[in-house]
Formats: sequence, C-alpha cells, structure tokens
Amino acid sequence: MTGFSTLLYKEVLRFWKVSFQTVGAPVLTAVLYLMIFSHVLEEHVEVFAGVSYTSFLVPGLIMMSVLQNAFANSSSSLIQSKITGNLVFVLLPPISYREFYAAYVLASVLRGLFVGLGVGVAALPFVELSPPAPLWILVFALTGGAMLGSLGVVAGIWAEKFDQLAGFQNFLIMPLTMLSGVFYSIRSLPEFWQAISHFNPFFYMIDGFRYGFFGQSDVSPWASLGVVVVCLALVAGLTLNMLSRGYKLRG
Amino acid sequence: MTVPAIEVRGACKRYGDLRALDGVDLDVEGGEFFGLLGPNGAGKTTLISALAGLVRADAGSLKVMGHDVVSDYRNARRQLGVVPQELVFDPFFTVREALRIQSGYFGIRRNDDWIDEILGHLDLTAKADTNMRSLSGGMKRRVLVAQALVHRPPVIVLDEPTAGVDVELRQGLWQFVRRLNRDGHTVILTTHYLEEAETLCTRIAMLKSGRVVALDTTENLLARFATHTLRVRLASPLAADLGAVRQERGWLEFALERYDEVEGMLRRLREAGGEIVEMQLGEPDLETVFVGVMRA
Ligand SMILES: Nc1ncnc2c1ncn2[C@@H]1O[C@H](COP(=O)(O)OP(=O)(O)O)[C@@H](O)[C@H]1O
Ligand SMILES: [Mg+2]
Repeated sequence: MTGFSTLLYKEVLRFWKVSFQTVGAPVLTAVLYLMIFSHVLEEHVEVFAGVSYTSFLVPGLIMMSVLQNAFANSSSSLIQSKITGNLVFVLLPPISYREFYAAYVLASVLRGLFVGLGVGVAALPFVELSPPAPLWILVFALTGGAMLGSLGVVAGIWAEKFDQLAGFQNFLIMPLTMLSGVFYSIRSLPEFWQAISHFNPFFYMIDGFRYGFFGQSDVSPWASLGVVVVCLALVAGLTLNMLSRGYKLRG
Repeated sequence: MTVPAIEVRGACKRYGDLRALDGVDLDVEGGEFFGLLGPNGAGKTTLISALAGLVRADAGSLKVMGHDVVSDYRNARRQLGVVPQELVFDPFFTVREALRIQSGYFGIRRNDDWIDEILGHLDLTAKADTNMRSLSGGMKRRVLVAQALVHRPPVIVLDEPTAGVDVELRQGLWQFVRRLNRDGHTVILTTHYLEEAETLCTRIAMLKSGRVVALDTTENLLARFATHTLRVRLASPLAADLGAVRQERGWLEFALERYDEVEGMLRRLREAGGEIVEMQLGEPDLETVFVGVMRA
C-alpha cells in the first residue's frame, strides 16, 4: 500500500511542482475558448431551451479540459521517465503492475479535476452555475478522467519518442474531444455526422457531464454512463494486460 | 544449508538473433564481494537487469536470496539494491525527496535516520536539499548509490559505478561499499577497472558473449591463468611474430607462465634480430587473466 501511495504522491507532486504549466495553462486556454466562442455565437445559437450558448459551452469546456489533462498527465510523465531513464526507480521496487496502474491513473484524474475546477471557477464571471444533478458531474468526471488517464498510460508506454506521443494526442485525442459536442449539440449536425458522433465515446462523456449541469442532454445519462463504463473497462483491461506483460517496460 | 544470495540457472535472453545471455549459471554466496567482468556487450547489464526484473529472461531461473525474480518478485526485489549503469535522475526532486520517495516505493514510511546516515557516508549531507538537476555527475552517481540502499538490501549490485568518476570519489565509494560488505551485505560489482576488481573482489565471473567463461576466486584465477609479463621496447620493429599478447607505443608484451621462461624469450628475441632498449617484468595481474580468458 505504501508503494502505491508513494507513487501516487510522487505523480501528484510532479505536476503540482509545475502547476503553472500543468494546471494554469490549460485553464487559460479554456477561458480563451470561452471568451471567443461565446462572443461569436452567443446571439445565434440556442441549444437547450432556456439555456444561453455560453452556459451550454462551459460544462463542455470543463469536461474537455478534464479529459485532455488526464491524458496529458500520465502520458507525459511516462514518456519523460522512459526517455530520461528514471522509470527504473519505479521498476526496481516491489510495486505490482496494478498498483502502478492505479497510481498513474488516479494522479491523472486528480490533475484533470484540478484543471476542470479551475476552468469552472474561471468561468464564474461569465455564467451562473447551479447544477441540478452534481452527482452526475462527479461520476462522469471520474470515469472519463480515468479512461483518458488510462489511455495516457497506453500512449506513454507505447510511444518511444515525443513526436509519436504528440501524434497520438493530435490525431486521436484532440479530434475526438473537439468533435464530441463541446461547442455544439450534435442535434445541430447533419444526420450522417450525428450517426458518426454516436460512435465517439467522448460524446457520451461530454453529454453525460452536461446533464449534471442542466438536467437535459442528447441521450439519457444512464445510457452515456453505460457506454463510458464499458469503454473504461476495455481500456483498463488493455492497459493492465500491457503492464502485466511488461510490454516495452520490462524488455 | 543457507540459500545463496544469487542463484542463476540456465538464464537466456535473446534480442533478435543476438544472444545477450546464452545459458548463464551462477551462484553468489551471502557475504561475498563478487566481481562480474567482461568486455562491452558481454551481457553483464542484461544479467543484472534480469535479476532486478527490468528484463525478463527467455529461459532459465533467477533467484535473489531464494526468491524467484518472476514468481516471487516482491520478495526478490526487497532483497536487492541496484545501482544502474546509466546516470539517471528525476529532475523534479531534491536529493532528500528522491530518497524519501524511493523508501516509500519499498514500503518504508519514516526512513530519515537511515537516509541521513547514507547521506553522511556518501558525503552528500550538504547537498540533501539541492535539486537533482544541479548536481555534478559524480554527485548524481552517489545519489544513485544512496537510492539503491534506502531499503537496506542484503544484496547490492553496482553496475560500473566508477565509470567516469574521479579518483577521490572512487576511493570514498569503495571505502563505503567495503564497509557495507563487512557489515554482511553481499556485493556484486561490474567494472572496467580491473585493478579495482582485483583488490576488492574475492570471487570473479568473466562473461563473454552471454556465457560465463571463467568463474573462480580471484586468487585462483590469478594463479591459474595469470602469467608473468615481460615487456620490452626494441630499437626497431621485429619482422617475425613471437606471439606478443599486446603491442603499444613501441613496447611488446609477452605472457610467460613462470619466471624461468624469461631467459628463453630473451634468446628468441635476440635470434629474431631484436635489440632491446628497455625491459620490464610484471607480476601476474587480473588484466592479463582477463586478456587471456577473452582470447581463449
Ligand atoms: N534492449 C536491447 N535491445 C537490443 N539489444 C540489446 C538490448 N539490451 C542489450 N542489448 C545487446 O545485448 C548485448 C549485451 O548488452 P549488455 O548486457 O548491456 O552488455 P554489457 O553490460 O556487458 O556491456 C549487447 O550486444 C547489447 O547491444
Ligand atoms: Mg553494461
């Protein structure tokens, strides 16, 4: 247990020591999105009845930040440790692969939550947030964050160079989060793209998360939770399998 | 019967076509100061990595203090402290933070007394609160040694700990490692400095292309393989090959089994037309053994 908690502590300390970049910068990015998009679209778009566009946008931006930062945390930590070689400090001690997994994913979730909270607080001057179903918010933040933290472990282990990781991030994670309905409701899309969006797990994370803020969503939060939990289970299974075999970590 | 500190049976590890370990059998008894020697690429680091669980052997079994490194990895790793060959460090932390974290990984919560003791022995006390990034190479190497010791492992493996380290630090390091050995720790050392191995190690294994090619006490190795050396500098190069084992900067070196062979060697040199300008006779040393074993 001490091995796990120390690894978790170390992973949290790692991003906390540079929180200006790991928490501050993504909060600023999200606020910039918020200012620009709400300025441009506020007058033109109404997604849910009685909900302004800016209010609609904020939960999506929060969740997008949670997801992207959860991924960034585990993936960048692992690739840095692999490239500098200091991952041996974690590989030499009697830490099981399950503890290893839990520590990296939990630290990623925490980073995601910190950033998400930061974005939420920074958005307060723009919108009024009084979520009717806060438990859903927490559930989706945790499961979505865990899934992305887990994907980050996969990417961090798989990638051998920083640009491979950047490829993973720019060509998979970014498009999937951007096209998940953060900036729009997928109902506003042509039918074909609506159908496609239903295959994007990120859509369910955003949609379910947003349900917590407005009590309305494109699909039922239970259905979204089902999809997210199944995806999380698949990614977790894959990651644990990689770790148990020592894939790329224990030659 | 006591269990050996290290027990390796038929260890194999391939990288593609390359056999990094090609059936290694090796026992190291508790309390030994053991040397693992071999040229670059012989498989020393691979063997250490397999013991530490950083690399999985394709075949064979490896045990640390009787614990299998795969099936009982937790106990095996608790018994083992490894100083890696590469000079690695975590730039996010100070020396003390790094050591506390390393202790935590091994399940030890409050370890400051022991950490302070290690820091003292390694002359790092003044650097305890310095960030790892700003330490010199030699200092980083010492922190690596400290990190390997936080959990007081009975078996300590040092993979070329003195490569690129200045003489003063080397002396200090050996003093400390010797002390650990006297206190009962088993020490396994790989080094390129054969004179270091000769003075420190009581038993030595020599590795070549993934195989153990010599394994004996340092004393026996010296007696069995080592030869006396005759070094001569000649006025002009020889046309004939008289079987010199080494040739550098005008000196020729011959390996002789016994002193009484000197006379015959000198005669053959004269017959070959060699005019001796300078001459030295050398005692058997590990370097000669090493060169001899690696040639065989
Ligand atoms: N990860 C790896 N992939 C491919 N070849 C490797 C790998 N690690 C080591 N080798 C090869 O295995 C051989 C043994 O290497 P190593 O154990 O580092 O030797 P030593 O420590 O004795 O210098 C070398 O030929 C080396 O190139
Ligand atoms: Mg080596």
